[in-house]
Amino acid sequence: MSRKETHKKVTVKAFRFNAETDYLPYYKQYELEVGADDLVLDLLNQIKWEHDGSFSYRRSCRHGICGACGIKVNGKPVLACKQNAMELLELFNNELVFEPQSKKRAMKDMIIDKKDFWDKHEAVQPFVVADIEEHPEHETAMSIAQVENILDADYCIQCGSCHYACPALEVNEDYLGPAALTAAYRFTVDPRDEAGMERLELTAQMGSGVWDCVKCFECAQACPKEINPIEKITKLHNLQFEQKVARSNVATRHAEGFVHSIKKHGILDEGHLVAYSERAAVVKHIPEALAMFKKGKIVMPWNMPKSKNLDEIQKLVEISQTNKL
Amino acid sequence: MSQLKYALYTGCTARESTPELLSSTLAVAKKLGIELVLLDEASCCGASHLQDFDEFLAYVLNARNICYAEKHGLTMVTICNTCQINTAMTKHKLDHDAELRARVNEKLAEVGLEYKGTSEVKHFLYALVDDYGLEAISDKVTTPLSKYNIAPFYGCHNIRPSELQNESNGGENPYVPTSLDRLIEALEGNSVDYESKNKCCGFHVDLQAPETSNRLTGTALVDAIDNNADMVVTPCPLCHLNMDVKQHHAAKTMGRDVELPILHMPQMVGLALGCTEAELGLKHHVTKVAL
Repeated sequence: MSRKETHKKVTVKAFRFNAETDYLPYYKQYELEVGADDLVLDLLNQIKWEHDGSFSYRRSCRHGICGACGIKVNGKPVLACKQNAMELLELFNNELVFEPQSKKRAMKDMIIDKKDFWDKHEAVQPFVVADIEEHPEHETAMSIAQVENILDADYCIQCGSCHYACPALEVNEDYLGPAALTAAYRFTVDPRDEAGMERLELTAQMGSGVWDCVKCFECAQACPKEINPIEKITKLHNLQFEQKVARSNVATRHAEGFVHSIKKHGILDEGHLVAYSERAAVVKHIPEALAMFKKGKIVMPWNMPKSKNLDEIQKLVEISQTNKL
Repeated sequence: MSQLKYALYTGCTARESTPELLSSTLAVAKKLGIELVLLDEASCCGASHLQDFDEFLAYVLNARNICYAEKHGLTMVTICNTCQINTAMTKHKLDHDAELRARVNEKLAEVGLEYKGTSEVKHFLYALVDDYGLEAISDKVTTPLSKYNIAPFYGCHNIRPSELQNESNGGENPYVPTSLDRLIEALEGNSVDYESKNKCCGFHVDLQAPETSNRLTGTALVDAIDNNADMVVTPCPLCHLNMDVKQHHAAKTMGRDVELPILHMPQMVGLALGCTEAELGLKHHVTKVAL
């Protein structure tokens, strides 16, 4: 993004709330001076130091590593000490609104209660679980391939940007969320660790595990360390099949069912996939199926279209498939 | 302008549960003089679910689909956001990971194909907005949509993550997407500004977590209604299924009356360009579209 302007006077709106004294939150406007290299953190400081000393936010390292200063600006998760302010002014047409990562968890202004984040983090045992000799005689070596397999998952600074950007978590508080799942992946593939199967069992649970990810990519977009949490969630999905942790249920059959359709038709047989995934519970979809049928939205089995050169697809499935349910 | 020509990857939904998407896409292309070569050889993209079961197999199948666009020497256009992201993600991986590309090509060689990386992959929305151009579309409008307040619903897989979208799609900012808004305005409709326009509809957990799915779709629909929308438009048939076919579930979850017509992006364009009722396929909607 171009940075033509070097200095600007702008009005910024900030979320204000003190859980101890306020019944409801409110927004207050501040006139701020923004320089070309100012970060969002500099603007937060300006509010506190020049306008209202009671304005509260977490900050510590100022180097994008402690993960304390995550907030949202116009709904975009940012690490205040890493995000250039001028860029945001350009993106949001000079109107900035500072809000905490999760308004419903606000304690004081930008400060939230991150208990749910830490509870979920703890649940996946985010450390190497191993019986280590107290006086080892040589180091535990890891190969380059083993290290690379961790991907960039160990760069996570627990800032909560992805966690509080996740819409699945917003409506399902049991879901572990992208940060905890990224940590689960990171330690599960660590060759020194012995709790991998335990973590895979935990993250395979329906309602809280990987199968509740809605695949929106908000986490990949939000991460200030560019870690791409959903990539690790997909790896966990695959690991559950590789390690035979996956149980047959509506979600696992749904994922695996694509193979059957593709082998038979090349394209997906939508009706068959729902029936295959749901088994007897498919009856609950009957009213919907009838409504769709009436509108010409259901292709009968004998009319299912097939991809041209289907033999190629069948051959590729045969020679490329690596997992089984 | 020289004639635009693309290889069309229809995806599965347009051939099954949303036939109106395919007919309206073809009708709009015809009206605008855009040539579409149908990739009838293509398989399913895996819809982000096969990827959970067997990531490598999904790469192989998507690479094969791209091979057929490459054979035509054409840019591939998609009409489903999820087809778009899975195809673009495969292209990104193969273009940046030589080892994976070699492994995939080893499999493709068995059926006489090779992924070369010569075809771009973009959603038809961006073929219209970026390649054909909004002014040129505006010139072809015969039935302005001026009496409608239209809420754009972008769909996740066309706007996130930026890394991918900048490389081979519209490259819009996911926090401030504009393409659909600008398209609505070019057709002389009124675009509705509402918070949920770039949010998730929850389609991908419909089977295992219907409560999540209904709540996400319901939140977006109610938000559109509360901002005076007469209809919603989306470039994604999966968002469309959730918002149209499952609208009553979403309404029930939200405890609100919802009766909101949902248009596919090409249906909206076709409406303004004077395509016929049959081409638009409005009779295929579960939630009635009364214009």
